[in-house]
Amino acid sequence: MNNEQLQKTPLYNSHLALKAKMVSFGGWDMPVQYEGILAEYDQTRTSVAIFDISHMGEFIIEGDAIDSGLDRLVTMDIVSMPIQSCRYGAMLNNQGGVLDDLIVFRLEEKKWFLVVNAATTVKDGEHLQKHLTSQAKFIDVSAQTGKIDVQGPRSRDVLNGLVEGISRLDYFTFDFFDLLGENVLISRTGYTGELGYEIYYSWDKIETVWDELLKNDLVKPAGLGARDLLRLEVGYSLYGHELSEQRTPLETGLNRFVNFDKDFIGKEVLAQQQTEGVPYKIIGLTSESRRAPRLEQLIYNEAGEHIGEITSGGFSPYLQKGIGLGLVKASVTQKGDQIFFGNDKAKNLAEVTEKIFYKNGSLKN
Amino acid sequence: MEIIEHYLYTKEHEWVSIEDGIATVGIAEYAQDLLGDITFIELPSEGDEVEQFEQVASIESVKAASDIFSPISGTVVEVNSDLDDKPELINKSCYEKGWIAKSKISDEDELSNLMTADEYKNFLDELEK
Repeated sequence: MNNEQLQKTPLYNSHLALKAKMVSFGGWDMPVQYEGILAEYDQTRTSVAIFDISHMGEFIIEGDAIDSGLDRLVTMDIVSMPIQSCRYGAMLNNQGGVLDDLIVFRLEEKKWFLVVNAATTVKDGEHLQKHLTSQAKFIDVSAQTGKIDVQGPRSRDVLNGLVEGISRLDYFTFDFFDLLGENVLISRTGYTGELGYEIYYSWDKIETVWDELLKNDLVKPAGLGARDLLRLEVGYSLYGHELSEQRTPLETGLNRFVNFDKDFIGKEVLAQQQTEGVPYKIIGLTSESRRAPRLEQLIYNEAGEHIGEITSGGFSPYLQKGIGLGLVKASVTQKGDQIFFGNDKAKNLAEVTEKIFYKNGSLKN
Repeated sequence: MEIIEHYLYTKEHEWVSIEDGIATVGIAEYAQDLLGDITFIELPSEGDEVEQFEQVASIESVKAASDIFSPISGTVVEVNSDLDDKPELINKSCYEKGWIAKSKISDEDELSNLMTADEYKNFLDELEK
């Protein structure tokens, strides 16, 4: 895809003014870094960083959870969700493969807000409309909805000065708040492992929010580079890396976001895997050195046999070592095993670890 | 983009400074900036024989992994082991504290294959076009 075809967020000019390095991501021209990825990582872990996430897709669905067909479209239970809560899960195809991961917000008894990945927004919209019943009303609000993530241990302090009542939000809940003249949805969610909020705001006016946040000395902008490192350290999956249409949520470690007490598209395959065992699984791995695993490098067992491949990798500033996530044959490795990452010519020693590398975050403070 | 006048440069953005037959090698500002935060470097060992334009080290940043090529042929006589724990010295000071290795030059004639600071500046200008 060449640059002319890339979509631009409403904050595109702000990024250029801040001298961001821009990259193509999911069909969008996005800031990968401003000051530098490690500086922006530190900013998020110690103070507050703001991220332009306007590229992500948002849908509103009106209708009863069951009668609309929405409950059948997602792996998590939505019937039991309290109003003003959010829940993470996945949408599957008939083979049980992950079409996308998403967050469902319950706006009202019979009104839902869905947040999906940027690159999959069109596909997701088509899939939803195909399977929602005639009793559902589907609205794609992606083009009107801008989004800023405010993330870091001081994010509550920063928003307290701008949003009355923000302190009442618990983890994975949301509400509507007055912010610079608009009544908008703010959720206590994020992708960094730190205390954080996500602000949904009018596409046309979100620049005023961005500028206002940057007036606070505790706040700096951060790009997708830092965002990827932050999410990798807490082991969050990324669509197109850990998650894909070829793998089920059980193979990719999303078990706790699948509810087998309800019906959903793809359930038969998952039920079979639950009985017979999964062929693949996602592991965490920690390099013995600062050398980091890289996407698509191979994973080998102690005997040097090829058992899988790296799905995400990078240098962990927290551990001062390379870390990664990898998809491997399920039967051959367990936590504590020595493995290697690399290629047939050069292999680097690592240990199979938990998928969470950074546990001291302010997420639930 | 900072360029040191009396250094020589390669198309892969390594620099070399020559003193008493010893070549000190590092990466230029352009490469440092392109790589972003450097997180790991695999240094050569003292005594290693290196060939001109062959790999002498490998480097990783938050964005990518890449190879560093020796601007000259020779024998490695010293490496900057400070970089083992502080590879970010290359970002902070690519022409001084971030030097990578020193080699005893085996063939002075090879220096003619390298660019002067002025030639390298023109080379960078062409890249920016």
